[in-house]
Amino acid sequence: MSDYTHDSHVSTEHAVAHPGYGIFIKVWVALVILTGLLVLSSHFGQSYAVWGLLTLTPIKAGLVFYYFMHLKYEGALLKGVVLITIGTLLIFFALLFSDVAFH
Amino acid sequence: MTGHVHRDDLGARLGMWLFLVTEMILFGGLFIAYSYMRYRYPAEFHHGGGELNATLGIINTIVLLTSSLTVVLSIVAIQKADKRKAIAFLATTIGLGLVFLVIKGFEWAAKFHHGLYPSAPHLGTLPQGEQVFFGLYFTMTGLHGLHVLVGISVLTVLARMVGTGSIRQDRYIHLENGGLYWHLVDVIWIFLLPLFYLAA
Repeated sequence: MSDYTHDSHVSTEHAVAHPGYGIFIKVWVALVILTGLLVLSSHFGQSYAVWGLLTLTPIKAGLVFYYFMHLKYEGALLKGVVLITIGTLLIFFALLFSDVAFH
Repeated sequence: MTGHVHRDDLGARLGMWLFLVTEMILFGGLFIAYSYMRYRYPAEFHHGGGELNATLGIINTIVLLTSSLTVVLSIVAIQKADKRKAIAFLATTIGLGLVFLVIKGFEWAAKFHHGLYPSAPHLGTLPQGEQVFFGLYFTMTGLHGLHVLVGISVLTVLARMVGTGSIRQDRYIHLENGGLYWHLVDVIWIFLLPLFYLAA
């Protein structure tokens, strides 16, 4: 979608390049299954719950970003903006826990 | 001036994404605060999570995931010039957003009934860690609920624009940007579910 038109004349060839309903319904099914697994993991004790939180939750968020938010179809610019933001947040988390570890 | 109208859809989406970045940083800060407090008060957070209704949290997750699906399907419909389907999908999204808020309302009402709300006398008698847990719970789910309310309002305006033809097959950037906002609200809830409702 990064090659979207920049004026009022939108060419119809974009319409055929767009994904249909099916791919998004499949992603939704995957998200529901992952939610089920997340809930299930929380019933098997603290370590499984934390494992579920650290793996399944980012995968779910990634699916929403990549498919529902159309990042899959975007160019490097928008992908870069999102990756830099996530990277910044991860650095904040790393700084927090490195600080906590030395107290 | 000619009749030519300049449009930059990529620029519009970039602007929206930059706004979403500020939202991610805003909630990211709260998630960092949560992480530190959970590290500091593990037992109290575990007990606090046990006070929440996990079933309602899971139902609300399915509701928001489904609303995310319907909003993206409305974009597919408008790309196919199917105005009626686009409006139907948007109406479903708005309906699901309202269902989310109603469920959240019941949940908060139950907490209020049990004296678990900010500055409540009963909450003041609980251990400090649990007070922090409920402080974060009301702050984060409240701020998220506010975003759901804004999202519903935006989607209502967008549904009307689809109806009047302002949003159509060759011009739907507003719908895309409104959808992006709604999806981010969904992503934030994806993290809130395990942190609060499955914490116990």
